[in-house]
Amino acid sequence: MAEFANGVASGIPSASRHRDYQASPATREVPWVRYTLLTIALGFFALFLLMPLFAVFTEALRKGWSVYFAALVEPDALSAMHLTLLAAAIAVPLNLVFGVSAAWAIAKFEFRGKQFLITLIDLPFSVSPVVAGLIYVLIFGAQGWFGSWLSDHDIRIIFAVPGIVLATIFVTFPFIARELIPLMEAQGRDEEEAATVLGASGWQTFWRVTLPNVKWGLLYGVILCNARAMGEFGAVSVVSGHIRGLTNTLPLHVEILYNEYNFAAAFAVASLLALLALITLALKTYVEWRQTAALSPESREQAT
Amino acid sequence: MSIEVRNIRKAFGTFEALNDVSLEFPSGELVALLGPSGCGKTTLLRIIAGLEAADSGTVFLEGEDASGTHVRERQVGFVFQHYALFRHMTVFENIAFGLRVKPRRRRPTEADIQHKVHSLLNLVQLDWLADRYPAQLSGGQRQRIALARALAVEPRVLLLDEPFGALDAKVRKELRQWLRRLHDELHITSIFVTHDQEEALEVADRVVVMNHGRVEQIGTPQAVVEQPATPFVADFINLDDHGPDWLVAARLKHRGHVLQPTDNPLRA
Repeated sequence: MAEFANGVASGIPSASRHRDYQASPATREVPWVRYTLLTIALGFFALFLLMPLFAVFTEALRKGWSVYFAALVEPDALSAMHLTLLAAAIAVPLNLVFGVSAAWAIAKFEFRGKQFLITLIDLPFSVSPVVAGLIYVLIFGAQGWFGSWLSDHDIRIIFAVPGIVLATIFVTFPFIARELIPLMEAQGRDEEEAATVLGASGWQTFWRVTLPNVKWGLLYGVILCNARAMGEFGAVSVVSGHIRGLTNTLPLHVEILYNEYNFAAAFAVASLLALLALITLALKTYVEWRQTAALSPESREQAT
Repeated sequence: MSIEVRNIRKAFGTFEALNDVSLEFPSGELVALLGPSGCGKTTLLRIIAGLEAADSGTVFLEGEDASGTHVRERQVGFVFQHYALFRHMTVFENIAFGLRVKPRRRRPTEADIQHKVHSLLNLVQLDWLADRYPAQLSGGQRQRIALARALAVEPRVLLLDEPFGALDAKVRKELRQWLRRLHDELHITSIFVTHDQEEALEVADRVVVMNHGRVEQIGTPQAVVEQPATPFVADFINLDDHGPDWLVAARLKHRGHVLQPTDNPLRA
């Protein structure tokens, strides 16, 4: 049937097109340009990305594995781990809900103030994390707007866990929304309209059509959001008060150890964060791969 | 089901998409909304479906004012220009969607769904594609699956937005003849939007020619060709190049007509 024609024409994988580009003498670049660019890129990569990573792990293990593990199972380190996980466990699900609803509203509906909302979502990216922390001190701190009311009712937000969670939520807010908005905008409203005409309720449309279409993008956003939630330093540092064993997250714990010239322990804890980054990277690559696989027609069969 | 629209107005900002449009679509007919792009035909179709709200005017479905009826209760089948198939579902699940989202009381059993979907796949002659994903189909196949999906919920009206617009010329011809035959089988009130006069004249029982948000002429394909009501219709149907007899004969030939002067294209 002639109907197959257009499916075949659009099915050329982009990778093979790139290869053709280099193979053809008409479009090939002079070798020295290629090698210079490659050298610069790889050199930069090695110097600024690989070397620090390598340094973290060498420094962490300088005094041997026993010191390394001792630094990790020490009570203050454990409590910092616990707090970091707790903050992420609260911030990520909340931002998942906020992010999805914000992205849905922006991508699928027309309303006044839409541009303003988009700018607002980006605010945590454009504002320094220290300022973000200070905002919460200003609102909830002892001298802040609600300070006296909070102390009257014996509620502690600043220099306590709620403050750390709030600061983490603020800083990581844009990750999921930012990931979803362009994706949802590109997909348009057609499929949702089709679902509605077929009799689906708004809720059914969301669960059966909207969400499955963005699931890989959503997961990607969650991974990035989680990485940042666990690694955040600036905003959390301002609101935490650095109380050992109580309000220290992993990044803050690293700083304290380092300031005490306890390098081996500092790097040991830092290596945990580095490990987290590597895991994040691996997950991110996997999700990206699945996402491209889900979008390209020819790999549909393997993907399911 | 009969459809009537009365005094429909719709503007997008300063652009007037529909300017006081009143039309009646009798039960069981296949009607074409024909006009150049931007004439308001798609907007009118979306207003009938309930996907768009008119600024003023009323839509009557089976004589009943449908203004307060939600899209999902209007029982219309809508085929989108770019098919809007659910890309993460197989062809089977796409067609079954409308049945699966029904309220539990009215939802068919799994066996009924299986049966229904396969009979629809047979109807559009694509039963062998049940396990494929939309991305693996050609344009013509997607269009037929979109139609099967719309028919699954047994709509009272079928609305098609530029159903063949995104297909290449040969597939387009095959598919529109197929649509005509399908309509003759099902006799479901259908409205399709097109900017292709040949398509409208060949397939439809009646043609509504629109321009700048107004209805220029309503009539059988023959009437529109032979007695264009306005200079716009005459120009748009493009009679200047060819003699009317030859054109009508040529265009109606596809439907197996041997044209007589009194022949009524309504009786296909």
